[in-house]
Amino acid sequence: MNREGERLINGIVKENPTFVLMLGMCPTLAVTTSAMNGLGMGLTTMVVLALSNAIISLLRNIIPDRVRIPAFIVIIASFVTIMQFLLEGFIPSLYSSLGLYIPLIVVNCIILGRAESYASKNPVLPSLFDGIGMGLGFSVALTMIGAVRELIGAGTLFNFRIMPESYIPCAIFVMAPGAFFVLAFLTALQNKIKIAGAKKGKDTSKIGSGCSEDCMNCSDKGCAHRVIDTDSKPGETLAQGAERREQETEEKIEKEDN
Amino acid sequence: MVKELLLILIGSSLVNNVVLSQFLGLCPFLGVSKKTETAAGMGAAVIFVITLASAVAGAIYKFILDPLDVEYLQTIVFILVIAALVQFVEMFLKKFMPSLYNALGVYLPLITTNCAVLGVALTNVQKNYGIVTGIVNGFATAVGFTVSIVILAGLREKMEYNDIPESFKGMPIVLLTAGLMAIAFCGFSGLL
Repeated sequence: MNREGERLINGIVKENPTFVLMLGMCPTLAVTTSAMNGLGMGLTTMVVLALSNAIISLLRNIIPDRVRIPAFIVIIASFVTIMQFLLEGFIPSLYSSLGLYIPLIVVNCIILGRAESYASKNPVLPSLFDGIGMGLGFSVALTMIGAVRELIGAGTLFNFRIMPESYIPCAIFVMAPGAFFVLAFLTALQNKIKIAGAKKGKDTSKIGSGCSEDCMNCSDKGCAHRVIDTDSKPGETLAQGAERREQETEEKIEKEDN
Repeated sequence: MVKELLLILIGSSLVNNVVLSQFLGLCPFLGVSKKTETAAGMGAAVIFVITLASAVAGAIYKFILDPLDVEYLQTIVFILVIAALVQFVEMFLKKFMPSLYNALGVYLPLITTNCAVLGVALTNVQKNYGIVTGIVNGFATAVGFTVSIVILAGLREKMEYNDIPESFKGMPIVLLTAGLMAIAFCGFSGLL
């Protein structure tokens, strides 16, 4: 399989940002009150993710490593603003139901995380497809969570009535507490798979490796970012800096293994 | 005026709780709530940063973006200003108030790209709050965050010795607890 296709599959299945990595939980919980909202949010994020990945990858030999975070943020925020205007103009109903969470795509861990860990050291096309894959994975996950909540909480799916008339909707599932409960069962399922996988000796290190467990250690995954990275060396470009950091982590892991 | 501010204070801290009903700042809420002390430290840092950030963002909107008719740049400007502000505060505290830095310093980098901070700045603009009202709203939102993270940390400390099913250990049980807390906080909606 070629590299672009591999990135697509990777984002949807192997490293699904929601189901496997547990990244970007704020929008996941907030907008999944219905399948339609989930799909809308997922696709909006996908467009931003794919385009910002492509642009960051194009500029990876120009952006100085030291100011990479402000550079990433400006690129991402520009695309978010463009998407905000497009939605306001063409799909006003979705715009009003997503509300505040559209500009908040800027601080979604997934986007900064992919910029840092993939787009900053890979060529344009794979980066673009990495963004599309991750975005599709995110969309699929949000739509599924939204569908479950809508079905239990309102008895409908994409606004079509599914449950029989006699079904009394369990309204708490479309309200705030329901989001926590759905995610709780999702992570429990994930834990079960992880434990079962570990018993068979499979590599389960990626499952739940996002920001869910310990915020203190996720500085490299997109939660915590200093504007000016004081550890970076002056004069390095983005690609060189990314390579150096990767080498340093590898050396660190090797040291720990020894 | 005072009545309006009081309503915002209660509304933003309890009724529309930033974590439990708006899902902003979920990352630190789940990640830094293992011990009550660290949760309180995180809460204090969040109060400090959000209040400061809503003041700065409000001033920038009123005196720069609005007069120049470039309101659409708010997302870009706010996130950059907030990120720079947090790092500046961190450097300032390190140099001039080491004792405060030791208490809050470790949490500051976690707040840089926290959605709660940007969320408050954007809400203030969306609801047409002035600078003072915006600061009160920011402070109240951050207090709401602190209240909920400290309660969750207290519950988690108690839960540590409980017998929990294998797959529910760790995050799932914390999320269930947060869900129950969200139900409890729904009760506050009668206040306004």
